[in-house]
Amino acid sequence: MSNQDKGEAHLRVPRYSGSARINHWIVAVSFVLLLLSGLSLFHPSLYWLSGLFGGGATVRWLHPWIGVVLVVGFLGLFIRFFWQNLPEFTDFVWLARIRHVLTANDHYLPEVGKYNAGQKFVFWSQAVLVATLFITGVGLWEPGLAYFESLFGFKATIDQLRLAALLHAGAAVLAITIWIIHVYAAIWVRGTISAMTRGFVTGGWGWRHHRKWLRKEVEKGEIERPKVTAAE
Amino acid sequence: MFPPIPNPTTQATPAKFGEKDLIRRSASTVVPPAQRQTEVAKLIDVSKCIGCKACQTACLEWNDLREDVGVNVGLYDNPHDLTPNTWTLMRYTEWENPASGNLEWLIRKDGCMHCEDPGCLKACPSPGAIVQYSNGIVDFVKANCIGCGYCVKGCPFNIPRISQVDHKAYKCTLCSDRVAVGQGPACQKACPTQAIVFGTKDEMKKWADGRIQDLKARGFDKAGLYNPPGVSGTHVMYVLHHNDQPHIYAGLPDNPRISPIVEVWKGVSKYAGMAVIGLTAVAGVLHHILQGPNRVSEEDEENADKLAGGKT
Repeated sequence: MSNQDKGEAHLRVPRYSGSARINHWIVAVSFVLLLLSGLSLFHPSLYWLSGLFGGGATVRWLHPWIGVVLVVGFLGLFIRFFWQNLPEFTDFVWLARIRHVLTANDHYLPEVGKYNAGQKFVFWSQAVLVATLFITGVGLWEPGLAYFESLFGFKATIDQLRLAALLHAGAAVLAITIWIIHVYAAIWVRGTISAMTRGFVTGGWGWRHHRKWLRKEVEKGEIERPKVTAAE
Repeated sequence: MFPPIPNPTTQATPAKFGEKDLIRRSASTVVPPAQRQTEVAKLIDVSKCIGCKACQTACLEWNDLREDVGVNVGLYDNPHDLTPNTWTLMRYTEWENPASGNLEWLIRKDGCMHCEDPGCLKACPSPGAIVQYSNGIVDFVKANCIGCGYCVKGCPFNIPRISQVDHKAYKCTLCSDRVAVGQGPACQKACPTQAIVFGTKDEMKKWADGRIQDLKARGFDKAGLYNPPGVSGTHVMYVLHHNDQPHIYAGLPDNPRISPIVEVWKGVSKYAGMAVIGLTAVAGVLHHILQGPNRVSEEDEENADKLAGGKT
């Protein structure tokens, strides 16, 4: 960032297309709305959050529908980023050196592609948790449950629904925890957020954090070099 | 005969209990009143029930409820299950007693048991939607109900029903409005055989004892009082001629208790969950304070420039 402040021209490397960014922010906004509305029913001390939505009765019907939006949106992200999140050998080296990750000693880390092992962990754990939250959420959603019961011809037992409630709460806690890690990582690693807001990162960011990916992008030859005066 | 409750005066009488007598309030902490009111109870003597459904009718009438016209599938049960409008339901079971070879017609008036340890109330996330008075009555407060159905999951007796009309939960109130002015519940008032009696919980236990002795003298040596300890007792109790096997009475639970899954969901998971989320956030803040931001250096940018310069 300091480089940009000086108005120096560095590489701009495209990282996310416009549609990927829109897709991400649909998921992000619905996640935050789900978090707020869900927490309002999670613990009495947080019930006041339901006021943001117009009361508990509104939360009761709105939360599941926002969940549907998130599931559809997340499916889009999953399809987009699936291939780049497959595990590879470098991930284990990266994880073994997690100490250097946390102390920002990036020069001790192996060159990584578009995603490092931490990002892949976020991707896969959220994929599993979103699926869990959807399935268990249906159990807590009366009209939704009735729909799926008639669609698949089964009748959920009361103990299954109780378990769904417990698993929904547990999976939500994990999803929120991983979301905190995701948001914190984006803040801590400066220069990351522009990837999702503007669609590009600086070359230095790529060199420092995703060198293998940067090399590939350079080989593709689609990198723009802004004019010296560009203050982005 | 149990002495009938006298008719009320025509004068307006102040309610005998109210807000100040709450011992539990859903999703809230209440200061319990210094003095607990005498616990009340309804005693349903299954052995005296003739299955006339006067109680069911009285319930509809007193609470101003209407049930849709149903379909006959060859059972006396009408409607087939509890509904948002049917808060009490006669359940009929034809049971062949293996010991005697007799066919016994078991008729149980189903409805809210008004547990001393109410699972519905403990599961409810909406402050004040379910309350428990110190006299033992567990009541739903419609204005605070959000229709989420958690009470259904909390209940060990499968009692609450969610209305598809106004999306609120409904169940027997033990006629809290009648009890508040010294009357018994409508079902009790209407029962022609005193299969339903109402009074203090102690009176009801004593009355049940006499009934149980009578039943034992008639050969029902397993007769007993259904006041399940798993929910710390109930304020609706049954006299059962086969108290060793409550399940034969249309699936009355043998050992009801709040499901352990619900206990974990509403207990440890809340604190553990809040702790995990809170600690993660704190860890992030601490990491940033101690470590500082992870910035891209000028050298990184130059290296990237060189890399790109070599290619383009």
